[in-house]
Amino acid sequence: MLNIFKKILTTGVVTEPFKAPKDAELEQLGIEIKSRIDKKFSGSIAIRQVDAGSCNGCELEIHALNNPFYDIERFGVHFVASPRHADVLLVTGPVSRHMQTALLRTYEATPNPKWVIAAGDCAACGGEFGVSYASCGAVSNVIPVDVVIPGCPPTPLALMKGLLGLINAKK
Amino acid sequence: MSSSNWTADFLSRLSTDITVAEIDTASATLWQIKSHAWQQFAELAMQQNLRWAAGWAEQVDNRFLINACFEKQGEYILLRTIIDDSNPELPSQATVYPAANRSERHTQDMFGIKFVGHPDNRRWTRHQAWIEKNYPLRKDFPVQGTPVGITPPDMHYPFIKSHGAGTYEIPVGPVHAGIIEPGHFRFQAVGELILNLEERLGYVHKGIEKIAEGREPESLARLAGRVSGDTTVGHCWAACRAMEQTAGVIIPPRAALIRGILAERERIANHMGDIGAICNDVAFVFAQMQFTRLRELWLRTNATVFGHRLLMDKIVPGGVACDLSGESCALIKKEITELRKELAEVILALDLNSSLEDRLYTAGFLSEQTAAAFGTLGYVGRASGQDKDVRRDTPYAPYDQVTVKVALETQGDIASRLWVRYKEIRAALRLLEEFIDRLVAGELCSEWRTPAAGSEGLGIVEGWRGEIISYIRFDADNKIARFYPRDPSQLNWPALEKLVLNNIVPDFPVCNKSLNGSYSGNDL
Repeated sequence: MLNIFKKILTTGVVTEPFKAPKDAELEQLGIEIKSRIDKKFSGSIAIRQVDAGSCNGCELEIHALNNPFYDIERFGVHFVASPRHADVLLVTGPVSRHMQTALLRTYEATPNPKWVIAAGDCAACGGEFGVSYASCGAVSNVIPVDVVIPGCPPTPLALMKGLLGLINAKK
Repeated sequence: MSSSNWTADFLSRLSTDITVAEIDTASATLWQIKSHAWQQFAELAMQQNLRWAAGWAEQVDNRFLINACFEKQGEYILLRTIIDDSNPELPSQATVYPAANRSERHTQDMFGIKFVGHPDNRRWTRHQAWIEKNYPLRKDFPVQGTPVGITPPDMHYPFIKSHGAGTYEIPVGPVHAGIIEPGHFRFQAVGELILNLEERLGYVHKGIEKIAEGREPESLARLAGRVSGDTTVGHCWAACRAMEQTAGVIIPPRAALIRGILAERERIANHMGDIGAICNDVAFVFAQMQFTRLRELWLRTNATVFGHRLLMDKIVPGGVACDLSGESCALIKKEITELRKELAEVILALDLNSSLEDRLYTAGFLSEQTAAAFGTLGYVGRASGQDKDVRRDTPYAPYDQVTVKVALETQGDIASRLWVRYKEIRAALRLLEEFIDRLVAGELCSEWRTPAAGSEGLGIVEGWRGEIISYIRFDADNKIARFYPRDPSQLNWPALEKLVLNNIVPDFPVCNKSLNGSYSGNDL
């Protein structure tokens, strides 16, 4: 037990300070917030992440948001287990046709008002996979999308900026 | 590749009605047999302890080429038979090799080839995105297919049922509770005890094999790097090796060493993530926080040195698209020293923790026999006594210049799979140092040569999950005619169905994480 405490103490707090991004910064990153977010949501969002067909690269970087460096929960952003608890769907991947119904049902199960973030190049435009017999391509081909965070995969920093941009966007 | 002792001996044992045409290709020994002997060959192969490693088909004009890849003592044999498309059927090898089961079902769904006597010929990759009797990998199937507006859910898949008082079913997925890939698990349980688990994958089938057709080498390498995002280096390397062997391109020594560095960095990053996640699944958050921190530092170095956190698109046909400066080498070496120190401290805390021990030892047991029967690969196989590693057994540059120490455990439980990962991190750190020390000045990429139409090649590398087999056939004008990547997950997933038996349902997440199969790499 002592060695655990010792390691915790010597590691200290590695969480990095972070400022909410300005519009210009979002634009520079290619992050596109299509609709302005309801004020009710400022301060906190619950996210249900849906992998609709990604290669798992985006998931690795979404995971990183919870590591001690980014610790995205400190901004009131947390990941929930059910779409019924979610304000936001964070969708990755080109939507595979085999996941199309599952994504639609997840969307329907999310209470209004809700927002959809398409994270990663595949979610944004179909990426390397495009549209085919097996893939519907971009998330917006299946459900309405409010925010696009590009990147293959988007870095945790880009994801964080996109998410916080969403919280802070005022009507 | 020269014939070693076992291949000559093996050929002499084949009954006289099986004739083998030996064809030398650029990267493997190809044995061609008649289709009626397909199963008979497998029977002898099983007797002679050959490992079934991969299976795939392709269509050439009005014929189907059915391939199976076997391995023994580090030597790979590509077995092939050719059948006519008017009545595409042949005897199943899955009756002999359980490892061939899902592969044959995939071929059945994608090509409409019937494997006679297959123990379980339910559809596998096909859900409802295309209709029965349509076969996406046939040449007459358009890449766009004929999709309907909304692909219906796969409602009537005939799952195995359980009957009896007190048994119940738990359907899980495809959308899971965590941040993970989609797939469906169907449990039969009594109380908390798992009686049976059936996996239903294929949800992230993106048509990778189909959209590979017609690409040029660089574009194919990009696609291969996205077969499974966590194995971007591994798959890209395997595909590039296959293409390079086909084209007769030899990569420069410096490029080979850099590829080795990229692959070992990928291995370490994933193993660190996994060890943390395994501990997290039994609520030991300390380890999760420490390992995600170490992983983040590691990925940041990737970004600084190579320009991409996950090292995507750094391997290109003919070499690499990145270089290492002396400064970067010093940075990596310093990082290795620091990581060793940190790991020693964190691992000690794990090892001394009795609650962790209580959850990880004996849980999720996979016997050596089961692991061997399913051809289980990588850390999952090595935790159950399967002493296999392509880097040591069939060395390729740069691993042919160093001694690769292969971690092995025989307990077969979750703890073993954790310790194998830890040992592999240690071994990989040493390899990184050796590769850096051996770096010589020189070219990073060889000039590409367009291979002859119809030429083919195999690329086999040890990815972080285990052996990856990539098959490539070229068409005319440098275009890809066929690409088949065999991710180790394809052979490891069935082992999960076995190792969860008699565990409790709440331990499923940690059992699953200890195996950590790729959904995308499986579904293609």
